[in-house]
Amino acid sequence: MSACTYREAVREAIRQAMLADERVFCMGEDIGHYGGCYAVTMGLLEEFGSERIRDTPLSESAFVGAGIGAALGGQRPIVEVMTVNFSLLALDQILNNAATLRYMSGGQLSVPLVIRMATGAGRQVAAQHSHSLEGWYAHIPGLRVLVPATIEDARGMLQPALDDPDPVIIFEHAGLYNEKGDLPDDPKTVAIEGAVARREGQDVTLVAYGGTVRVALGAAEELAAAGVSAEVVDLRCLRPLDSATVAASVTKTHRVVVLDEGWRTGSFSAEVASRVSEECFYELDAPPARVCTAEVPMPYAKHLEDAALPQVADVVAAVHRLGS
Amino acid sequence: MSVPGPAGDLDVEGRRHLLVDMLRIRRFEERCVELYSASEIRGFLHLSIGEEACAVGVMRALGPHDAIVSTYREHGHALARGLSMRSIMAELEGKVDGCSRGRGGSMHLFDVDARFYGGNAIVAGGLPLAVGLALADHLTARQQVTACFFGDGAVAEGEFHESMNLAALWHLPVLFCCENNLYAMGTSLSLTESETDLSLKAAAYRMPSWEVDGMDVLAVADAAREAAASVRAGGGPHFLELRTYRFRAHSMYDPDRYRDKSEIEAWRHRDPITLLGDALRASGELDDSALERIERDIAGEIDDAVAFAAASGIEPVEDLERFVTTIGAER
Repeated sequence: MSACTYREAVREAIRQAMLADERVFCMGEDIGHYGGCYAVTMGLLEEFGSERIRDTPLSESAFVGAGIGAALGGQRPIVEVMTVNFSLLALDQILNNAATLRYMSGGQLSVPLVIRMATGAGRQVAAQHSHSLEGWYAHIPGLRVLVPATIEDARGMLQPALDDPDPVIIFEHAGLYNEKGDLPDDPKTVAIEGAVARREGQDVTLVAYGGTVRVALGAAEELAAAGVSAEVVDLRCLRPLDSATVAASVTKTHRVVVLDEGWRTGSFSAEVASRVSEECFYELDAPPARVCTAEVPMPYAKHLEDAALPQVADVVAAVHRLGS
Repeated sequence: MSVPGPAGDLDVEGRRHLLVDMLRIRRFEERCVELYSASEIRGFLHLSIGEEACAVGVMRALGPHDAIVSTYREHGHALARGLSMRSIMAELEGKVDGCSRGRGGSMHLFDVDARFYGGNAIVAGGLPLAVGLALADHLTARQQVTACFFGDGAVAEGEFHESMNLAALWHLPVLFCCENNLYAMGTSLSLTESETDLSLKAAAYRMPSWEVDGMDVLAVADAAREAAASVRAGGGPHFLELRTYRFRAHSMYDPDRYRDKSEIEAWRHRDPITLLGDALRASGELDDSALERIERDIAGEIDDAVAFAAASGIEPVEDLERFVTTIGAER
């Protein structure tokens, strides 16, 4: 075992993928000479050269679309988009091409593309760098949407994502990059589907993904001190959604709180709550509850940002409101 | 499927081929109008009648390993590339034997074997794909060209400028083919562009560009051959502005109120099929009986395609979700 950060885990996953397959290359803004705006790709330009670590102009639509085209042409691109807010400039390519070409061509075309992007708030970078729009992408048939919350997933999801013949979006919560943990010296790839319980419990299920998993775990710790046993389910993959694991947990605990750093209205948490209602309504002792980001553009000031985001105390309070 | 070879220097047969290829597109689309009126074809149907020289001239410059990215007005590109008329007609009728198994329709014709990457109905949405296909060729040192068709409307889109810049910056083998028919749907170029000389836009990206008479198929074929050869030889992306005109409305829904009839008539005098036909007659390379034979063959091919489409089955509804992803696609 060796200690590393989430950032280093992603970097090592990219390195190993590039060493293993010369079709793999990276492109994105500031990934080369600058070293990556979150320093994920630091050092890769020196190791692999500018043909495979390609700094792009600030042209999200063109370089994401070029990633799609290169995938059509047989390559295995990893495209980095700085933040999910910027990815909206490439949404045409992601929805109208990447997610659509296989179907629209009657199964002829394949887009084995991986798009990585940072998401989430908590760093006081205000309303154009902080949003959580994973749920929007999870709405789109044809995409796989991964939300690694752990260092093991950050390290292990990339290779199977590259092996997937269809487009995969990996959301890396920017608040996780400095998280530290241990990785085996010979890390294994992990499944890119399926939710898992990160903590077992009996009284309530906390469903979370990406950056909110650590909030859920923090809440579970506090609840334990208050005598409430909370199970934490990490969704890991928003599309396809493993609602069976959620339903199985709720069938055990009979109560559920869904965490989401996205806005409440039309959020991914709404989808999860709806699936719970559809799949295990009669197991519920209370209506599904949600803890989401306040419906505001993310504010700059720390006290306002903290107030806008799902916090441990909000989750604990939501659980108590359910009668646990 | 037969993909035409590089044009080379065109002999009598080569010139006659150009005429046949253009007539195939013209008569095919005329039949499409009839089928649309009979409700056999539905949805949007964009005809390229008047613009056939662009498709035919450019395709002559491409080899079987080159790639094509096209637009929603792509029947002509697909036919000239060698997609079978049967598979195109079946697609227009939403049948399972269509080139996209009835999932695409008129605007989304695909054939991966012909490296025909659609049929993109987002204006300028295909340009980044073409850049990426060319990037894949560059990364693997394949001497291939990606031809990217788009209309004059696309030059107003950000994706046009982003893609032109990226292709030029990375010196990628893309042949940008702008079919300038003067109207972005129903709005003229002069109402949408501060600079209507489109080749200047390419020049801004330091890209070699040519203005070409898009009604003269020989001129298109010559320019495309020269440009494609330069692209293939490592000359980076090139830009062809093909000055053309569509004789029909934008789509079957379009009442065509924004153009003077006199303007359309003036352009009809430059009908690419008439221009080449007259030239071939004048040089003794074509006579009435030869033309009759060509027309008869084309009519027979179209009848066959229509019969094929009519006889084709439809995708079972149980397969509605097939091909969304690879999972479950290989049933």
